[in-house]
Amino acid sequence: MAVTREEVLQIAELARLRLEPGEVEQFLVQLNDILEHVEELAALDMGVVGAVEGAAEGAAPRRSEELGPDLLRIPASEFAPEWDDGFFTVPRLAALDASELEDPFEDKARIDSAGRPDEASVTGGAK
Amino acid sequence: MTGGVGNEAVVAGKWRSLTEVAADVAAGRATAESQVQLALERLEQVDRGPEGLNSFTSYDADLALAAARQIDQAIAAGQGGGPLAGVPIGIKDNICTHDLPTTCASRILEGYVSPYEATAVKRLREAGAVVLGKTNMDEFAMGSSTENSAYGATRNPVDPTRVAGGSSGGSAAAVAAGIVPAALGSETGGSVRQPAAFCGIVGLKPSYGRISRYGLVAFASSLDHIGIFGRTVADTALLLEVMAGPDRFDSTAADHPMPDLSAALDGGLEGLVIGVPEEYFPSELNRGIADLCKGAIEKMREAGAEIRKISLPHTRYAIPTYYLIAPAEVASNLSRFDGVRYGMRAPDADSTTAVYEETRTRGFGPEVKRRIMLGTYALSAGHYDEYYGRAQRVRTLIAGDFRRVFDSGVDLIFTPTTPYPAFPLGEEVEDLYQLYLGDIFTVTANLAALPAISVPVGTTGGLPVGGQFMADRWDEATLLRGAAALESLIGEAR
Repeated sequence: MAVTREEVLQIAELARLRLEPGEVEQFLVQLNDILEHVEELAALDMGVVGAVEGAAEGAAPRRSEELGPDLLRIPASEFAPEWDDGFFTVPRLAALDASELEDPFEDKARIDSAGRPDEASVTGGAK
Repeated sequence: MTGGVGNEAVVAGKWRSLTEVAADVAAGRATAESQVQLALERLEQVDRGPEGLNSFTSYDADLALAAARQIDQAIAAGQGGGPLAGVPIGIKDNICTHDLPTTCASRILEGYVSPYEATAVKRLREAGAVVLGKTNMDEFAMGSSTENSAYGATRNPVDPTRVAGGSSGGSAAAVAAGIVPAALGSETGGSVRQPAAFCGIVGLKPSYGRISRYGLVAFASSLDHIGIFGRTVADTALLLEVMAGPDRFDSTAADHPMPDLSAALDGGLEGLVIGVPEEYFPSELNRGIADLCKGAIEKMREAGAEIRKISLPHTRYAIPTYYLIAPAEVASNLSRFDGVRYGMRAPDADSTTAVYEETRTRGFGPEVKRRIMLGTYALSAGHYDEYYGRAQRVRTLIAGDFRRVFDSGVDLIFTPTTPYPAFPLGEEVEDLYQLYLGDIFTVTANLAALPAISVPVGTTGGLPVGGQFMADRWDEATLLRGAAALESLIGEAR
């Protein structure tokens, strides 16, 4: 199946990549070339063959879900660009979409080391 | 002093193995500090500047020397230095270290320092090794030449007008040039064995699950491995013993018993059945490589191995299978690089989507984008079963080929590592798929989760050639036994 120009643009959007016009044509040719080669697999008689399972063989047993000590070599407070009373301070991305804000990066939210937002701390901007 | 190498070969004339270095330090015949100092001098001499090899992306002499002095103090205090006492080691720049940047040779991770350390690196340090620096690579380990690097290409120490191979080309070049006795790399389709072959050293990829990938930046999780570069088979065996084993941070790191590798090294070839697959010696194979590998097979036969012709009939499907599975997993794994969690962020984006898009567009290089595009397509609605699903089933057929061969009594499989030797830097690539075909002999071991190793078997036109062994899963003992025996036979013949 040949990939179309429109599909290249759609894939780029899904992949969060912005393509220059020249790149669209380049990817169109390259993706079609590679996909033409992988078409070889379609001709294989697969019978009842299932997906490979071997890679997971012998994997370690699941460990218990217990909260242990933080094993980071560097304390979070030292590598965080901004740190506020046990929380990372980060730009509130959602606020970028609020067009009335002149400088969205002024708007900050706090998240803990597990990435959970500290709702009470959110300052300014659209929620 | 900043040196350079021009176009002259820079391989170390007389190599000291890792085992020798560690023994000297542990016995007090040398200090860890002196070994690290020698490595730093060599690095400055051959690696830096526009004429240098460019095998390192970052290093910190003060940090490395301080770590070495700690080893010396431990030895002086009678605490022992560990089996790798004072051994300077290079770490591929996609393996996390807590004190040096981890950039994957990508602009998107420029300056990123991980707050934690890979389990493999932690175990090396606990055994007395000193991390000298981070080594150059193809961006996010995607490539076969270490030319796709935001830091520029690495040059091959044997012939600096040629590539060092990839994607772990920096680690291979650093070992071949005598900067470090050993280095870590990573493998998804041959990225340790191929540069090892191109640079004339040993490259080992253990079984999937043997070494923890905690702290290895994910490329294609069902294929990714941490691998080892060394000057001798024994050196790679020692490093494997130090790093192997289960890890509570990586559920794919198996609790599978590790045989005594050092005992296995002296086993010789008597009684071993070595399979030679016809599919790995096609008529178009480089003549010099074919002759050297056939010569190696003859030497092994004379030394007592039984050589058996075998067939791995699904080999021809390995590259299309790999180039569907790997990009699909790339598209998923690399979605985390969005300008929010790691590294760079496009400063002038005006919406959430624009932050993601601008950061990724500016941060990723062309090969990474190509694979993300291909993988996104293969995973998109309506195509999943046709591409990724089917490729996973073909992977079962490829693994089944190996299962039948090992069940028939074959102990090891021997093949060339690469279809051609190191190619010139900057060579124009007109047909991408032809470039991808260069992985044809190595990618099958990743698809089938098997241990494999490349050992030097000679040179053709002055360029190194690697011969590859593959063994059944978890059978690193037989793998290293065969490799050590061939290493010895090739050494005797020189």
